[in-house]
Amino acid sequence: MRIPVSWLAEHLELPEDTSIDTLTEAFVRIGLEVEEVTRLTPVTGPLVVGRVAEIEELTEFKKPIRYCQVEVGKSETGEQQTRGIVCGATNFSAGSLVVVALPGTILPGDFEITARKTYGRTSEGMICSARELGIGEDHDGILVLPPGSADPGTPANEIVGLDDSVIELAITPDRGYCFSVRGLARELSNAFDVPFGDPANRAIPDDDRPSRNVRIEDETACSRFVFRRLTGVDPTAPTPWWMQRRLALAGIRSLSLPVDVTNYVMLEFGQPLHAWDAAKLSGDVVVRRAAAGESLVTLDGVERELDPDDIVICDDSGPVSLAGVMGGSSTEIGQDTNDVLLEAANWEPAGISRMIRRHRLPSEAGKRFERGVDPAVAAVAAERAARLLVDYGEATISAGRTDVGQPSQPAPVTMPLALPDQVAGVRYERGVTAKRLTQIGCRIEVGTSDDGVGVVTALPPSWRPDLTQPADLVEEVLRLEGYHTIPSIVPSAPTGSGLSAGQRRERAVSRALAHDGYVEVLPFPFIGEATLESLGITEDDPRRRALRALNALESDRALLSTTLLPGLLDSLQRNVSRGRRDLALFHIGQVVLPGPEQPSVPELGVEQRPSDEQLAALHAALPAQPRHVGVVLAGQRERSGWWGAGRDAEWSDAVRAARLVADTAGVPLSVSAGDKAPWHPGRCAALEVDGAVVGYAGELHPKVVEALELPKRTCAMELDLDALPVTDDRPAPDISAYPPVRLDVALVVDEEVPAADLAEALRSGGGELVEDIRLFDVFTGEQLGADKKSLAFALRLRAPDRTLTQQEATEVRDSAVAAADQRFGAVLRG
Amino acid sequence: MSGANDPYDPKEVVALAPETLQRAVDDARKAFDGAADLDELAAVKPAHLGERSPVLSARREIGALPPQAKADAGKRVNETRQAIQEAFDLRHEQLRAERDERVLREETVDVTLPTDRVPSGARHPITQLIERVADDFVAMGWHVSEGPELEAEWFNFDALNFGRDHPARTMQDTFHIAPEDSGLVLRTQTSPVQVRALLDSELPVYRVSPGRVFRTDALDATHTPVFHQVEGLAVDKGLTMAHLKGTLDAFARSMFGPETRTRFRPNFFPFTEPSAEMDVWFPEKKGGAGWVEWGGCGMVHPNVLRASGVDPETHTGFAFGMGLERTLQFRNGIPDMRDMVEGDVRFTEAFGIEY
Repeated sequence: MRIPVSWLAEHLELPEDTSIDTLTEAFVRIGLEVEEVTRLTPVTGPLVVGRVAEIEELTEFKKPIRYCQVEVGKSETGEQQTRGIVCGATNFSAGSLVVVALPGTILPGDFEITARKTYGRTSEGMICSARELGIGEDHDGILVLPPGSADPGTPANEIVGLDDSVIELAITPDRGYCFSVRGLARELSNAFDVPFGDPANRAIPDDDRPSRNVRIEDETACSRFVFRRLTGVDPTAPTPWWMQRRLALAGIRSLSLPVDVTNYVMLEFGQPLHAWDAAKLSGDVVVRRAAAGESLVTLDGVERELDPDDIVICDDSGPVSLAGVMGGSSTEIGQDTNDVLLEAANWEPAGISRMIRRHRLPSEAGKRFERGVDPAVAAVAAERAARLLVDYGEATISAGRTDVGQPSQPAPVTMPLALPDQVAGVRYERGVTAKRLTQIGCRIEVGTSDDGVGVVTALPPSWRPDLTQPADLVEEVLRLEGYHTIPSIVPSAPTGSGLSAGQRRERAVSRALAHDGYVEVLPFPFIGEATLESLGITEDDPRRRALRALNALESDRALLSTTLLPGLLDSLQRNVSRGRRDLALFHIGQVVLPGPEQPSVPELGVEQRPSDEQLAALHAALPAQPRHVGVVLAGQRERSGWWGAGRDAEWSDAVRAARLVADTAGVPLSVSAGDKAPWHPGRCAALEVDGAVVGYAGELHPKVVEALELPKRTCAMELDLDALPVTDDRPAPDISAYPPVRLDVALVVDEEVPAADLAEALRSGGGELVEDIRLFDVFTGEQLGADKKSLAFALRLRAPDRTLTQQEATEVRDSAVAAADQRFGAVLRG
Repeated sequence: MSGANDPYDPKEVVALAPETLQRAVDDARKAFDGAADLDELAAVKPAHLGERSPVLSARREIGALPPQAKADAGKRVNETRQAIQEAFDLRHEQLRAERDERVLREETVDVTLPTDRVPSGARHPITQLIERVADDFVAMGWHVSEGPELEAEWFNFDALNFGRDHPARTMQDTFHIAPEDSGLVLRTQTSPVQVRALLDSELPVYRVSPGRVFRTDALDATHTPVFHQVEGLAVDKGLTMAHLKGTLDAFARSMFGPETRTRFRPNFFPFTEPSAEMDVWFPEKKGGAGWVEWGGCGMVHPNVLRASGVDPETHTGFAFGMGLERTLQFRNGIPDMRDMVEGDVRFTEAFGIEY
């Protein structure tokens, strides 16, 4: 909400020397956020009122250009002086009063006016627009002052009103009343503890006969409806300059007197008004919800299908206005209108809110109605607008006033007098609670409860529907006393138990990966169908069951990640495109994995704690969101350098990353050959914990690399961190003090026998005396025969209670080899 | 050679003559000093200390001496041998030191050669910040918890006292999940964790929850659709706004330094009443010193307590939600939000593993 300070100051007794900084600080202190302060700067130099005497249209240019003779005041000898000024605007005519910056004037932005040649003429000054003077955004035409505003030559600074500031405030959704001069002035008066004069506090003449019959059919939609009728309105009458100026400073364009008046009163009282052409309205007026199939052409010329939830105002012809949101075009005020009905109504806030969203029609009126408009002010606002039209539009107020509806009354709220003290942790002075509640407009009664506690009962004012609970009243007291008076005390929480084992584990995994050379990235969890397709993830894969955001920022990335790989690969590519070749990235994050038949979300109330069954149903409706850890690698894993050649990242690095994660988590991980998109079918490791697959690692499928234009041989790993059991403690091993026996065995097996399985066979065959088995060589060659390979293992044997004899060691080796032979036909190599 | 029965004077036995012995010492010294390295020294050693060396030959003569002369001659021979041995040891020591020094000199390398065969990785500063924040609160006895990013509207809005059609619900530009009435959103704030914490935990509750949140803001220098917040919630008997202020002041000092100035001003959030915004004063703010909005907070709204099964008559609480990208931006002077989200490794590497 933008508002000139001079307008606010009219309604409260501010000390003379109150600076704009003091004002903004006061607003912030009581909870009104100041977004911007615009200080108007009085223009220096000869800025005067001018009267356009003659206009010469210059037609030889691409756009209309006028060369005007402008009277700019009398010389010392009393002769009217004129200046020739070139102007590109056309919204004025001979006789118009305008603001002229004569040569030597310096306009806002340090823009000095000089006499200069332009469009083949010498322009001796400039006719100013509102924007050039810094009082508004309007730059479609020049500023035209209403006739009789001043004589030519009058210094224009004061008339234009440049000794002012405009404050722009962000109004929170609970304070609808602050969308008005009335509300803001009241807030300021409370902030400064100075008297406030309510502009809406004015008597209106009794007039019981209705201006028009109005029937509210749906009382949930409309709580009050006021009509006041005017005849003989001249819709072409100019809006007085003071009103135009205030509207401009508030950011509202001047359109015509009737529209300007309704806007002005809206800013003043917070009550949106609508002006109807009474002659175009036939029969009685009915307020109701729309019927299915009805439609309405709104003021913007758009035909709108109505929803049965829409609130509409109807006459004999059907809906003629989208209540509170936008009027209908059939009853719009025109140049020939002289019979006007002023409407001031109160609409259901939630209903208006839905209509704004449904029809995408945000407006100044809608903004106020959806936050709640003071129902007590409707008739006063209509009267105020009517009087302005009488004063400036030569209108006559017709007898009668329609005023129907049942505005709800705020309910009284009772609370202990000391509640604000208890919530704030402050001992306020006696009487503070009563004083502050009175200031905001509550009628209060102070008494004692049955158990002898001082209580206050506050009846909130009509403009504060947000005050419904003691906590609401408490906030009012605290904010007006100032949050700065609240002390700062650190509470002592009960002794905590630190991070959970799972939390410590995630930190450890993150550090381990970083120490191993991986750089963390935090990509957005939005992916596209096309990416999943390129990754070779088929329709039947659960990762294709991704949820879709209805309003994604990028339509080709509307899905919620079911895998971390697209984000990681994106980051990889970005870094590659920025000139990095050797990359190892990691990401730990949630993915969203909806089940095949995810139950729908149940409706739950908020009046009390939902039952355990309801909560269980709610939790069941939320898809699983496990935390995954993923890595991608490309380029060299080990750099080349003075030490020799480097080593390109390969499948084993990805498996190594998985092992690092599992080791860090203290969980045994077994690896077997896997076949899963997007990995290379011959270079994909399935990662298993306790017999369940928790992820995959290896080199990406060449087709994926090609489709996504990734560096060749890009490798990746992704595993479900949540699937690893949390090991909070690990048993200590028995450390044998006896010496080990080391021996090597080389086994010849078929090419496809997995090394890990062969090692496992040796281990199980060797029994408990096998302390460690390590594969140290893989060899293939003609002498072994085709499809054969030799795997060499180093075994370390040790007994817990004795030194092993050579014979025992040999027995262990023989039974290990026998097991390998039995399972895989392994032959001990000579 | 003298006969056994000859009157015998050791001084007259040439091998035992003092001059002879002294010459042996002199010769040995000369030979040892002449050895250029340990190998040469080893080569000349037998001639002076070996079985056939003059001094050992002389010792063999002693047996032939009359008993009264034996002691004297033996003493001389031993002294001689000791002198030669000492000369040897001294030279040996010298040569070994020289050799050691040479070897070390020869093994000298250029220690400035690069050593980054596998360069270190790095952790994102947001991750590191989250850990610091968690540690700060754990140190005060609080617990840390996480919540889901895809959230039921009931947790994200309803239970947080956002009315169905209240403008506050549309204030936060929310990602809605298909279909239209799914009741699912990407959480716009970490506050739903408040409700989860209250539903799941025994009172009192002191809990922070860092995490990712989502708003439909296009990415630019100051906005990102995906960012991080840390939510705090304390529900206990007798908690006041002063406790909220104290907690956030402590938090602010930990984040921005001991001299940090904060400002508490009224604001509106549906789930707190009274509500406040905490601003932090930044002397180095771009465009001049000023207050920077750090996060929203307030006393937990009685409606929220009720929806979570807590009696607002017996317990009160406070909650806060601070933006972590903002915190990082001001803490570390990061002008452009995009640097934090694009995943350029050059950005993350600057923050190392633990900063």
